[in-house]
Amino acid sequence: MTETMIVAATAGPAGDRPRSDLKVTYQPGSEALSVDVSSKVDYLYGEAINAAVKRVVEAFNVGTGELVIDDGGAVEWVILARVETCLRRAGFDGAAVLPKAAPNAGATTSRDRLRRSRLYVPGNQPKLMQSAGLYGADGIILDLEDSVPPAEKDGARILVRNALIAMDWGSSERMVRVNQGSAGIADLEEIGPHNPHVVLLPKIEAPAQVKQAAACLEVAGKGHEIFLMPILESPLGIHRAFEIAADEPSVAALTLGLEDLSAELGAPRTEEGVESFLARQTTVYAARAAGVQPIASVYSDIADEEGLAAYIVRERGLGFDGIGCIHPRQIPIVHREMTPTEAQVERAIRIVAAAREAEKRGLGAVALGTKMVDPPVVKQAFRTVELAISGGVLASDWQPEDA
Amino acid sequence: MNNFERNAAGRLVPTEVNGRKSVPFAGIGGHRPTGRKAAPTIATCLDYPEDGDKRAKSISEALKKVGLKDGMVISSHHHLRNGDLVANAVFDAAADMGIKDLMWFPSASFPVHANQLQHLESGVIHHIEGSMNGPLGAYCSEGKMRGLGVLRSHGGRWQAIQDGEVHIDVAVIAAPTADPFGNATGDRGPAGCGLLGFALADSIYADKVIVVTDNLVSFPCVPWQIQGNNVDIVVEVPSIGDPAKIVSGTTRVTQSPDRLRIAELAARFCADTGIMKPGFSFQAGAGGTTLAFAIYLRDLMRSAGVTARFARGGSNQYMTAMLEEGLIDYILDGQTFDLEGVRSMHEDPRHINTSPFTSYNFHGKGNFASMVDVAVLGATEVDLGFNGNVVTHSDGRLLHGVGGWQNCLASKCAMLLVPSFRDRIPVIVDEVTTVCGPGELIDVVVTERGIAINPRRRDLLDAVAGSDLPIKPIEELKAELDRICGVPGKVKKTEDPVAVVKWVDGTIIDTVWRVR
Repeated sequence: MTETMIVAATAGPAGDRPRSDLKVTYQPGSEALSVDVSSKVDYLYGEAINAAVKRVVEAFNVGTGELVIDDGGAVEWVILARVETCLRRAGFDGAAVLPKAAPNAGATTSRDRLRRSRLYVPGNQPKLMQSAGLYGADGIILDLEDSVPPAEKDGARILVRNALIAMDWGSSERMVRVNQGSAGIADLEEIGPHNPHVVLLPKIEAPAQVKQAAACLEVAGKGHEIFLMPILESPLGIHRAFEIAADEPSVAALTLGLEDLSAELGAPRTEEGVESFLARQTTVYAARAAGVQPIASVYSDIADEEGLAAYIVRERGLGFDGIGCIHPRQIPIVHREMTPTEAQVERAIRIVAAAREAEKRGLGAVALGTKMVDPPVVKQAFRTVELAISGGVLASDWQPEDA
Repeated sequence: MNNFERNAAGRLVPTEVNGRKSVPFAGIGGHRPTGRKAAPTIATCLDYPEDGDKRAKSISEALKKVGLKDGMVISSHHHLRNGDLVANAVFDAAADMGIKDLMWFPSASFPVHANQLQHLESGVIHHIEGSMNGPLGAYCSEGKMRGLGVLRSHGGRWQAIQDGEVHIDVAVIAAPTADPFGNATGDRGPAGCGLLGFALADSIYADKVIVVTDNLVSFPCVPWQIQGNNVDIVVEVPSIGDPAKIVSGTTRVTQSPDRLRIAELAARFCADTGIMKPGFSFQAGAGGTTLAFAIYLRDLMRSAGVTARFARGGSNQYMTAMLEEGLIDYILDGQTFDLEGVRSMHEDPRHINTSPFTSYNFHGKGNFASMVDVAVLGATEVDLGFNGNVVTHSDGRLLHGVGGWQNCLASKCAMLLVPSFRDRIPVIVDEVTTVCGPGELIDVVVTERGIAINPRRRDLLDAVAGSDLPIKPIEELKAELDRICGVPGKVKKTEDPVAVVKWVDGTIIDTVWRVR
């Protein structure tokens, strides 16, 4: 076995004193380790920063060289992640120093939870993570894939792991989008133990890829149930949509990525989406057939609120249950447009009331007046009522006479 | 050595400032100066040209003509903001004349005024009584200025001029348009900036008044904002300022999700409490967050069918659009921030130009500020007692001027719209670094993590009962920050004062100390 070479390394954004972040530089040397911390907030947190750095340095047994920290006001979990990243890049190894857990780090989820909106946050930008939990998105996705450049994958992985522990996720479901291939496996192993609720798997083209991820999470998550959301981003993936959704029981939702799909089709993405119509329909059909939620792609023009609203109406009309958001201001629009109309709510609560009544009387069939209501319609009515309550148009303690 | 006294805000303040005895803050309404207002020397028309042509060839000729001497007070104004070329030219000219120990009394300073550092170093300027930020703030904060800095609100500047605390020897007014008699206006000309309200007191109370313009028109310049009968000399120069840095082409709304959330919560607060009712009034500035507030408020007003009787503040394109849409009856404008604002003031009779006298003045027989239903403001820090800081950074360094901030606290509901922390630096703290506004007057603090209502405002707490707004005790917000940022260490202050902050009545509310 050969000893790992210790090399010079850096971590954190380029440029001096990144805001709400930090730059860490390690230079190997034979002298005893010198640690030089300079910080925008040293007059308030100088001691705390030094103590955090020291904990990582000790865990990684760094005895020599020179470690320089240039901090622009990063919080502790970010400092721990950046120092760890730099030392790992330099060739050191050790046990990760994990941050103090946020009060709601142990939050749980459920398979059928509402997933109307999911907010994408780049996995290497801690400044954007701090408040992600405040916007009321049904889910927050810390993204390790497209928004993180290849050279930053390792750093983002450590940062997202710490965010799962220490970030305030508010009431949002805790989601992570991992990479493809071996980087994806490394992502799963790193984040698996820290209570991700849903893991999004990019560019899935075969059920085996989903199985592999599930098996990996089974180990990393220590048996904790972690749901999967495969993303279909190629014609082949669309073609196999049903098996992908149905073969692995931990799949809870199915979604698609239209940018990559359009590129592979050779059909540019249009506002109307004619080129992806079959793909979107197929995703909905496959998801419904497999009993998982069909979730639509993102709308990428954050300035165009009317365009977003029209997009949601169209996707909801196809049968999708949720929309991806790339800016918090899209979230209320998604929730508004996903909220059923007054007439829909009225009809739904009649059906739900009738279903409760039927259950109370031990009747198998639900009737509205003289008309029988089919079970899928009853199920949909329960969903409509849930959406209406979440959308704020129906009180959670509604009574049948509200209809 | 300075003697200090603990004032009614619990702060240690000097009993003498720049050789003059000072009054410690005595609580709100605790200080009532008496006597007669100050006045300039008596002038006679016999000393001025009958043909009304008061032109001098250059700023230095004008300074010589008015008899500028060592130790005098020169005032200037910030209508041209960071585009101002005049205040710098005045002190450059004074330096060339060999004048020393001047006191500069600007209504505010901007980064462009870093030019004055050389004059502080060489002794041309003795000290500055006005806002100091950037390099000037650093110079003062490090204890390099000879006298104490004195920070006053826009209203407090009028108060100091009117009760004789500051006597202006020479006022230099940069005017976007003027005539040779000295009538001047800011609402047109290449350096058009809207209004000249900040220079109004100076034009009335200074011994000598110089108008500097780059757009000289034949008499009469009408309508005028500055009256030529108060003016001694008019100087024509090629340019008084860089238009691109005076008003922005378009004012920008913040894109930051956190700031948008703060703005939206504040607007919803106004709606849910019923502050936003038919005929109400509001004040909003031109900062990114307050701009966004005005836009959210506009949408809520539209959907509720509510119109405002008047809006105060820095005007901008969004406010003028509300005026034109009929959502606001009048804009009472104190400062114009973009080209649309300038155009509207020029064209629309419902867009009124005001001054700190009408809006903020302590020695007036009432003022507009206390009539406003809601004012939204920023701050660098706010503490558990709702005291606010707007002048220093949490390390004690001077960062901003007071501006109209203290004056706006008089409104019926003063709201601070602030992020809960900036780059790990908590904005909600145990005790503010510098008290600029007493907690009794700060009613609501809106952050992205929730809204804290001052417990003194039982009425507001009752008004939001049942609302789904995230209302929290301020202590709870602070506890959240302690968890996210960590508990901050204490900053040790030095014992050397570098500046004082005046309250609106002329008393000293707090001291700014030299930074380490």
